Amino acid sequence: MTTVFDFSLLAYSPPGWGKVLLVGFLRSIELAAGGYLLGILIGIAGASGKLYGNKVVRDLLEIYTMVIRAVPELVLMLLFYYVGTDLLSRASSAMGFGGVNIDGLTAGILVIGLVQGGYATEVFRGAILAIPRGQIEAAHAFGMPPGKVLRRVTLPAMTPHALPGMANLWMIATKDTALLAVIDFSELTLVTRQAAGATQYYIMFFLAAGVLYLALTLVSNFALRRFERHARRGLVPAR
Amino acid sequence: MGAPRDERTNGKRTCNRDTRPAQAIRLPRGSERYSLTANQGDIVAIIGGSGSGKSTLLRCINLLERPTSGEVAIQGETYRLRSARHGDLEIADRRQVQRIRAHLGMVFQNFNLWPHRTVLENVIEVPIHVLGMKRDEAIHRAEGLLDRVGLGSKKDMYPSFMSGGQQQRTAIARVLAVDPLAILFDEPTSALDPELVGEVLAVIRDLAAEHRTMLLVTHEMAFARDVASHVVFLREGIIEEQGPPEQIFGDPRSPHLKQFISSVA
Repeated sequence: MTTVFDFSLLAYSPPGWGKVLLVGFLRSIELAAGGYLLGILIGIAGASGKLYGNKVVRDLLEIYTMVIRAVPELVLMLLFYYVGTDLLSRASSAMGFGGVNIDGLTAGILVIGLVQGGYATEVFRGAILAIPRGQIEAAHAFGMPPGKVLRRVTLPAMTPHALPGMANLWMIATKDTALLAVIDFSELTLVTRQAAGATQYYIMFFLAAGVLYLALTLVSNFALRRFERHARRGLVPAR
Repeated sequence: MGAPRDERTNGKRTCNRDTRPAQAIRLPRGSERYSLTANQGDIVAIIGGSGSGKSTLLRCINLLERPTSGEVAIQGETYRLRSARHGDLEIADRRQVQRIRAHLGMVFQNFNLWPHRTVLENVIEVPIHVLGMKRDEAIHRAEGLLDRVGLGSKKDMYPSFMSGGQQQRTAIARVLAVDPLAILFDEPTSALDPELVGEVLAVIRDLAAEHRTMLLVTHEMAFARDVASHVVFLREGIIEEQGPPEQIFGDPRSPHLKQFISSVA
């Protein structure tokens, strides 16, 4: 092999691998976005439970966040995917339904969401604790029902405090998608390996994948910064 | 008592939050040392030294603090409370509390505006999302109220960018927007720079002139004497003396009250 680059192989249609890479990239984004959103929902519920729940709820959530944060994500992925699908199939056939097959995307989103949720719970818990108590007290003093207090006051007031941590989690989510390659999910890293293996242009394809990940990060950074500016609109700048 | 009863607290309160001194408004009920009534149109000033239980008493009226015993009634409706473990009282009917709270306005020492909402949004929040008012109507009313407290031109600002006096006037407009049965003021001028106290007191005086029912915890003695129809002096969580302002300030009986008045005069 004499050349490292043959850009014609990046063309959109075969024999170029461009389309394969882009589809993998899109699936990575789907995974990351789905897992991240699920993580946010788990995080809000988890933080509320840890702060306002009874002892049983708090202890269960403590175990959840501890396990999620203690076990390597790769192990969690394998565990959730293989054990999870196995349990689900058994449960389903025990209830008289046929065996179920979770598709890779759903499984991936669930796994990433569960992992993200563990971290997000702690990020949101800290952010809620950072809200001056009086703001929430004022809402209660006006007779606002608890669900509305959460939606109208607590969540928007905690957002500026949560954003730096949640931006980190998004970046981690985009890269965690690569771990899904171990369960044969065709996200960007897996298809890149296939393309590279088939053509032997390893450097070029992995650089191309790197560029795509970088582009995602840059675009995310821009969007997150705009959102942070919006979330901090009512706060006096720290400097 | 001819006028309808508006608020009444009657009971013992021992505050079990760790950092605060123990406070109690003790039974037996009926005794004027342990019971407080505000009739419609009354302006009750609650005075006393630091840690005497003024804020605790005020916060028992909308149950931001729960009394340890006794009862609180708003317009004849008594909060349903039940005893919890450790003998404290807890809220038995959360909806009732929410319903009553929606008609009691509270103005806090630290304003407690919602920083992610503009001045106007702060004022329309409760009418729309608690009282179910139409947005247009809420905005229309809010603009009138903001004009009244002198903030009509600031309605699109975020509170953190305004002075303390402006924030507190916003908080008063937010309370007026629910057209409350009574307004609870918890040291409304204590967090303000001295030159900003006057503008807030002027707004409260304006409300007093239209005979709104108000309960006011304050350190502004001259203002209390001037505006209040009834003054309550608390000491160590007990109502040491209460009566019309002329009597409390002009002819105090309790030695503690005498000492307090001479120390703040």
